[in-house]
Amino acid sequence: MSPHHRRTIVVVGHGMVSHRFVQAAVERGLTETHDIVVVGEEPRAAYDRVALTSFFEVGAEALSLLPDGAYDDPRVRLVLGVPVEAFDPETRSVLLADGEVITYDELVLATGAAPFVPPIPGHDLEGCFVYRTIEDLEAIRAAAGTATVGAVIGGGLLGLEAANALSQLGLETHVVEMAPRLMAVQVDDAGGATLTRHVERLGLSVHTGAMTERVLGEHRVTGLALKDAPAIAAEIVVFSAGIRPRDALARAAGLATAERGGVLVDERCRSSDPHVWAIGECAAPGGRMYGLVAPGYSMAEVVADALLGGPGTFTGADMSTKLKLMGVDVASFGDAFATTDGALELVYSDAVAGVYKKLVVSGDGTRLLGGVLVGDATAYGVLRPMVASGIPLPDNPEDLILPAGRGVPETSLPAEAQVCSCNDVTRAQIEAAVAEDGTCDGPACVTRCTRAGSTCGSCKPLVKRIVEDFYATQGRTVDRSICEHFPLTRQELFDVVAVHELRSFDQVVAAHGTGRGCEICKPAIASILASQLNGHVLEGQTRTLQDTNDAYLANIQRNGTYSVVPRIPGGEITPERLIVIGEVARDFELYTKITGGQRIDLLGARMEQLPAIWRRLVDAGFESGHAYGKSLRTVKSCVGSTWCRYGVQDSVQLAIDLELRYRGLRSPHKLKGGVSGCARECAEARGKDFGVIATERGWNLYVGGNGGATPAHAQLLAGDLDRETLLRYLDRYLMYYIRTADRLQRTAPWIDSLEGGLDRVREVVVDDALGLGSELEAAMARHVDTYFDEWQATLEDPDKLARFVSFVNAPGTPDPHITFRTERGQIAPAEPTGPVSLGSTIPVGAP
Amino acid sequence: MIAVCRLDQIEVEGGVAALVDGAAVAIFRTHDGNVYAMSNYDPCAQASVLARGIVGTRGDVPYVASPMHKQAFDLRTGQCLDDAAIRVPTYDVRVDDGLVLVGARQESP
Repeated sequence: MSPHHRRTIVVVGHGMVSHRFVQAAVERGLTETHDIVVVGEEPRAAYDRVALTSFFEVGAEALSLLPDGAYDDPRVRLVLGVPVEAFDPETRSVLLADGEVITYDELVLATGAAPFVPPIPGHDLEGCFVYRTIEDLEAIRAAAGTATVGAVIGGGLLGLEAANALSQLGLETHVVEMAPRLMAVQVDDAGGATLTRHVERLGLSVHTGAMTERVLGEHRVTGLALKDAPAIAAEIVVFSAGIRPRDALARAAGLATAERGGVLVDERCRSSDPHVWAIGECAAPGGRMYGLVAPGYSMAEVVADALLGGPGTFTGADMSTKLKLMGVDVASFGDAFATTDGALELVYSDAVAGVYKKLVVSGDGTRLLGGVLVGDATAYGVLRPMVASGIPLPDNPEDLILPAGRGVPETSLPAEAQVCSCNDVTRAQIEAAVAEDGTCDGPACVTRCTRAGSTCGSCKPLVKRIVEDFYATQGRTVDRSICEHFPLTRQELFDVVAVHELRSFDQVVAAHGTGRGCEICKPAIASILASQLNGHVLEGQTRTLQDTNDAYLANIQRNGTYSVVPRIPGGEITPERLIVIGEVARDFELYTKITGGQRIDLLGARMEQLPAIWRRLVDAGFESGHAYGKSLRTVKSCVGSTWCRYGVQDSVQLAIDLELRYRGLRSPHKLKGGVSGCARECAEARGKDFGVIATERGWNLYVGGNGGATPAHAQLLAGDLDRETLLRYLDRYLMYYIRTADRLQRTAPWIDSLEGGLDRVREVVVDDALGLGSELEAAMARHVDTYFDEWQATLEDPDKLARFVSFVNAPGTPDPHITFRTERGQIAPAEPTGPVSLGSTIPVGAP
Repeated sequence: MIAVCRLDQIEVEGGVAALVDGAAVAIFRTHDGNVYAMSNYDPCAQASVLARGIVGTRGDVPYVASPMHKQAFDLRTGQCLDDAAIRVPTYDVRVDDGLVLVGARQESP
């Protein structure tokens, strides 16, 4: 098969496990070679079914795992609201209910499970429901409006969730369970009894050991008839008596299924057809189905791995559970029922407080095998990994379940201990993430990057503890010193320079530093001095502080040449000026490209050519522009009300004014702006550090938008501003950022880092809560008043111009390392060939 | 040794590039008055740019950070401080009567 032929994966179902599969496939690069089509029968994208009960409080949107309703990766197509009718392994095709036929190379079944409704008389009367989807909950809520009593058949985990939902809807609620206790699969008799007391205290009626014989009623439900017990009156009945794998499609296609249901798959999650895979509750690896989300996630990862040619296998799952039911913690882990030979039980029970804890330990008392926690499950985060990793019990294991002073018991987990069972993250992985060369700077970042704690959240306190303990062993608090030469943050450096009116690097290092600086502190101090003094970046000693781009007023490229990007404020340019740029590019043989900031990039200029290029531009009325440096880049605009039939304000004029106002402003990182003339937002202003969008009544100001590797949408700071107020807020916002941000911290993470976030920015900028407003405005006014064209100033100063030579002793000899080839009709850097020697025949002038 | 420029043509904590026997050599002047010379060619970036780097200290070691990707090179030995396997050739250099003289390329020690 040609390597360029793209293959197709069809995924049937779009629940949590299907979503995880797509995520893994995209993250691991499967979509580089495969298109993915996901077909889900529910009308909405995957949502957090584990938290289904919170739907009544938070709504569907908060539960969604894909709030935009689509994947960012365009190679993933999501079809919603369409059931799959059948698939055919012979032709490798899937038939959708709307008639579409999709052929696949690989098929992944993620059809989940369906609630089991026992075939008792009356089970299909009006008023009978199941509890599985948002639509089920919407139907129950609608019916609850006219009802007063509800009954749930099934006292397991889901049944109690459903009972909680009915109770929240204001119904008098009964729980009917056939087994002698609630949550019979997870907890023992004593734990079940503790749980029953909690549930009854909340006003629910619990009937255990109760068999439902029939649902009473003619057309509508009127109650339940129980065996050997009085009937219960109820207008709503919810069946929650377990789930069954949805394997009908696989059966119809002739695939092998397990004895108790589910698509029979091997440990790669491959079915009896080599191109059909099954994951989650519809699958039965080794004949057993798993009704929890964590094993489903593991299966999703295994199949993604297999399709990439990896070796991953699914060999069973930890069925430990922790949940909060009606405000009551319940956890069950490991050998909860002490079935291991010789196992011993350690029990702590406090009937008054409603707490029951049981540890199951090995016969010799050295290892934890499992346990049950009801009423207080804070120890779960530590206990479950102790079971999984087999570490020895402490000398007094009862300490692990006795009431403790702090939230998470002290224990030292081995590095390979699984801390997050939902996402299989070990202590070692968490520590690696926050190590010196890791990617994370705290527990929240660890959860984002490793997923530890992102599913059920039960291990979050443990993740935090592990990170803090790890920092402690490293003697590390978070050190924000800028570098080895200054024990200060950028903000502190900014303040000492301002307060003590320091004017040079030598003064700053004499007052607060050691050594002679580095490539980190020198440009930062140059930027701070520039923000406060606005001198020429090449003046006196400041030149040697600058990064090469600032030192040569242009942007260095991979072969040591520079790019020149003439300033085109707001992206508006006359034909005459366009021609000038074209002529300059042609005469100096430069590569040209349109930039994303509405400018024209001229690349391939040798350092010694820069002054001559600027001369031509200056003579034609241009200045060069900052396409480099930590400074304002451009203010992008749409065409606005002058031309556009939708525009409501003149966005071009405002963009020009803003670019000219803030040009040359040195800042902690680059700054970009945008102005859109109407809500259609064609200037993409909300992707900028400051974005302005026209309204009928004025301008909305958005702040903290970033593109790049960590994109962020700008957030509304203030609305419907007149021009004067807009400028005032912008002046304050930018100066506040310049004064308080860390080095290389863009506006979005800066706002996140402030105590109070955007609200804090609003207090300072809009409400002037610190009384800093006029000072910030004055600082900006100084910048605006003292701005000058630094390229032209360089042309007028022979000392500065003297720097722009290829060789100090051979100014006329071009650097032989810089050579070009031709690509698509323009120059491009030639492949580097190592150090070049011109030989000793080149005449070199006397100094 | 050949004279390449006057000492005052090199800024304190700055560098210049010179052509010495056909090769591009970067010459630096540090705050304590020393002058150092090494090849201008940055082997990491494969470009002739080192003279344009920022000069500073790491502990007591004077070094230049490549303007391309900031690898640090010990001005005294040419050793890359971020990668033990990389070293830039250095050159004999001295200052005589205000003139900077560059001599032979040092073979690696």
